[in-house]
Amino acid sequence: MSKSETAIEKMNYEQAYSELELIVTQLETGQLPLEESLRLFERGQQLVRRCAELLEKAELRIQQLAFPIEEPLDKVDEDIA
Amino acid sequence: MFQTSLFQPNSLSVSELTRYLRQLMESDEILRDIWVRGEISNVSRPSSGHIYFTLKDAGAALKGVIWRSTALKLRVPIESGMAVEAHGYLSIYERDGQYQIYVDAIRFSGEGYLYQEFLRLKARLEAEGLFEEDRKKPIPIFPHTIGIVTSATGAALQDMLNTLQKRFPLALVILAPAAVQGDEAPPAISGAIKALNRQGKADVILVARGGGSLEDLWAFNDERVVRAIADSVIPVVTGIGHETDFTLADFAADLRAPTPTGAAVLATPDVADIRRTLAVTERNLTTAFEEVVAVRVQALENYRVQIDHLSPLRQIQNDRQRLDQISQSLQLSLARTLQLHHSTLNGIQNRLLSLNPQAVLDRGYAIVSGSDQKIKRTIKDISPDEWLNIRLRDGSVTAQVQNYPETTSGNAAG
Repeated sequence: MSKSETAIEKMNYEQAYSELELIVTQLETGQLPLEESLRLFERGQQLVRRCAELLEKAELRIQQLAFPIEEPLDKVDEDIA
Repeated sequence: MFQTSLFQPNSLSVSELTRYLRQLMESDEILRDIWVRGEISNVSRPSSGHIYFTLKDAGAALKGVIWRSTALKLRVPIESGMAVEAHGYLSIYERDGQYQIYVDAIRFSGEGYLYQEFLRLKARLEAEGLFEEDRKKPIPIFPHTIGIVTSATGAALQDMLNTLQKRFPLALVILAPAAVQGDEAPPAISGAIKALNRQGKADVILVARGGGSLEDLWAFNDERVVRAIADSVIPVVTGIGHETDFTLADFAADLRAPTPTGAAVLATPDVADIRRTLAVTERNLTTAFEEVVAVRVQALENYRVQIDHLSPLRQIQNDRQRLDQISQSLQLSLARTLQLHHSTLNGIQNRLLSLNPQAVLDRGYAIVSGSDQKIKRTIKDISPDEWLNIRLRDGSVTAQVQNYPETTSGNAAG
């Protein structure tokens, strides 16, 4: 539970999915003790649920970047001059 | 006053003259294929679909006709006050004696010059390597954050947001608004691209603008914009104008889409595909785990079989079986031996029985013995007057020899 494992409910889709893929790969190489495999499998299932939930609820978020228009304008003009 | 002579040459009819002029005009190399520059006025669009207008400048005017078939293909909308360059051939509309230009193409005034500029800049930047294939960065498959550089009020933005909401609602969009038309557009666009790079959050940048005239799109041929795209550390997808419009920004971009919507599509995976991929991965997870378990179950089974073979119990069972076999064969051979002894014994007993003297006595014989108990086998064993014991089947008597033969040399039976 400790190590680098993040709380699943805080993950975004990409994080959850890439860990899921990693788990599948680990299970497929089949070198892990049974207990560890079972733990990974259960975590994998939680990740699948998280991914499905994120897809279900996904709503495009939009932010506007505030950047000084004038500054790059002047600077670019100087570059050209 | 000018006095006409009596025999003038034949006059030409107006039609003849006009036809002559028309032929003259239409056979002229220059007038057959010409660009004319001027301002459009007096546009008329009758229901026939043809367009009639006047091309004029400060000192002169020229009638123009655009046939319906050509009018449908025009990239530039014909409006009064517009400065254009019209291409076509000159001829005469005989009924009105009106010479006019029959137009087959129209471009904005200065477009020819702009185009030359475009080619020069393109060649220069190309020579610098800005459009090289190996400069192009791969577009991330899964762009968590998408930067958009376009007008905050344009239809292009709305189109892209709609597409992103449908295709990839997981994304975070960071809009860096920029004017996309006019003199302020090039520094605004390049500034927005640089600002997104400074912020560094976007995984991909969409630089977009809806369709418009060549002039409208001109900002995307500006060197500042082209360089900002080429220098962007974040991959850039352009979606500028329509299918047929190619700007220098498109050449510099890592990926060119025909329209703003197309850019949103090319930069993102489809959520339907993501769902399918997730379903496949989920299946793989289950399969992989089941395989892990199956491998162990198989190993366990193998060990069970092995250990079974090595079990002392099994050894004991073996030994017991062998013991059984041995004991069985032992009993068998014992029985056979007994049988053998038994029949031997029987034989002996029979022989013994046949030798029993009683049996002889039973048959009527008698055994004669002396007083010394010795059996008298011959006359010679017997002396005269000797007392003999005669044993018969059912008892013995004693008798004295009375009639003793004279000759004792013979062997008379007793």
